[in-house]
Amino acid sequence: MIRDITIGQYYPAKSILHRLDPRVKLVSTLLYLISLFLFKSIAGYLAVTVFLVGIIRASKVPFRYIVKGLKPIVMLLMITVVFNLFLQKDGEVLLRIWKLSITTVGLRNAVYMAVRLIYLIIGSSLMTFTTTPNELTDGIEALLHPLNKVHVPVHEVAMMMSIALRFIPILLEETDKIMKAQQARGADFESGNMIQRAKSMIPILVPLFVSAFRRAYDLAMAMEARCYRGGEGRTKMKPLKYQTRDRAAYVTMVVYAAAVVAIGRFAPLQVWIF
Amino acid sequence: MSIRLEHLNYIYSPKTAYEKHALKDICLEIPHGEFVGIIGHTGSGKSTLIQHFNGLIKATDGKLFYNEENIYGQGYNMRKLRNEIGLVFQYPEHQLFEIDVMADVCFGPKNQGLSREECEKRALEALKLVGLKEKYYHASPFELSGGQKRRAAIAGVLAMRPKVLVLDEPTAGLDPKGRDDILEQVAYLHKQTGMTVILVSHSMEDIARYAGRIIVMNHGEIMYNDEPKKVFAHYRELEQAGLAAPQVTYIMHELREQGIPADTDVTTVKEAADEIIRALEAGMPNALDDKMSKSRQMEKEK
Repeated sequence: MIRDITIGQYYPAKSILHRLDPRVKLVSTLLYLISLFLFKSIAGYLAVTVFLVGIIRASKVPFRYIVKGLKPIVMLLMITVVFNLFLQKDGEVLLRIWKLSITTVGLRNAVYMAVRLIYLIIGSSLMTFTTTPNELTDGIEALLHPLNKVHVPVHEVAMMMSIALRFIPILLEETDKIMKAQQARGADFESGNMIQRAKSMIPILVPLFVSAFRRAYDLAMAMEARCYRGGEGRTKMKPLKYQTRDRAAYVTMVVYAAAVVAIGRFAPLQVWIF
Repeated sequence: MSIRLEHLNYIYSPKTAYEKHALKDICLEIPHGEFVGIIGHTGSGKSTLIQHFNGLIKATDGKLFYNEENIYGQGYNMRKLRNEIGLVFQYPEHQLFEIDVMADVCFGPKNQGLSREECEKRALEALKLVGLKEKYYHASPFELSGGQKRRAAIAGVLAMRPKVLVLDEPTAGLDPKGRDDILEQVAYLHKQTGMTVILVSHSMEDIARYAGRIIVMNHGEIMYNDEPKKVFAHYRELEQAGLAAPQVTYIMHELREQGIPADTDVTTVKEAADEIIRALEAGMPNALDDKMSKSRQMEKEK
């Protein structure tokens, strides 16, 4: 079901993560993403796993819901794994099928890349699960504010981002509705070969585009009617302000990053259990 | 020939923060040839309910029989079900996609596997039924006005020759004339072809005028399922559910309180008018004549 796409969506709950300042979450996510590539040892993976599990628990987002968000990247994951498995020539050969061979290094890389990708998606979707699109935009705008000096339209970029995010659920719902309406007229999206299936998407895509443009036009009108004129001189009703918990979160992140770097440096590189 | 629901339950996004029990233990039977109105305020589960009728939504729990066959049974032919139960969604004009109106109306019959000639024959017939002018048949559906688009979209469902027609607020966003036209058209279809019509609406007036039976939905449950006049007798409870009885119901009750022995069971304006005249004549045989002669006298004096 199309409604099941949860990636990039907000999940309402009351947790410490939901209350954090969006700037903290953005910086932390970035730090976390970098940290995933700072180690090669199993100890490093253990450290990140412990950290991630802790964050998931703290976020109060059900694990099932997070896993559902991984569905769209399954294809990407498979391709990564397959390429790493078969195109690595170094290391001991474990299995040989025709011209392709699986080596120890290949297998290790494949597993590592898959885990990294999954952690990457989980980490960044945790941010969107716990941050409303509005907060996210405010955070991005505040963080990128210095770029204003070099004439980057930071506010406009942030506004576009938040509108795009806001439209994801609306368009998903619309897709669902159009799909059902065409199904009610006997449309079939499941059977047939690739070309037939691609063709069967036309009755969904055309109305979807039409409605996306209509909505965009309506929104632009509504914004203009309320005298929106970009970021210049605009003030906020709820300006972002750091609290104690935000400072604590920064400290936690720094400690975490240092720990991962230390483990990456000092733990033996080639710990691999076979 | 009927649709029968047994203890049907539906839950949106179960086990998440968005969980919503949209339908609660619905038991319902709609025999063939009936004109049924479904009414309820926003979020009462009307749209969810009708999407069960042709299997677009699968119930979380419970059974749905069409012609005594369980549609959730193994190997049940859903496509055949959808051919027989035509569903017109809210704002159906949002589903138009073809290059011209004719091609769009042909989409349904084409999916039924009919020949080109047969598709076009049915499309023409459906377009005539909804009363769309011939000059629009080969126009792009996106060039039509709102009301015309809606007619074209409804024709798209009618062209499949369904045995049951379900309409989800077919008059939303139309002007009063467009609204009456479409409802008259639907009533005409019901009379002509004898098809079952299930009409979802916000407007008590519309439903009272056409439906032989009213189903009132409230918070995912069936509140009333009865003849219009019996449902409207509960007008106080309807108000509490965020609905209202037709205006004539209020007028009749008011008249009764004022001491005029009018029957409060009437549901349409015409019936009400007849009933008031009858009551006045019966209650005060000379009241009307007196008034009339007086006004005649006044005219003469002038």
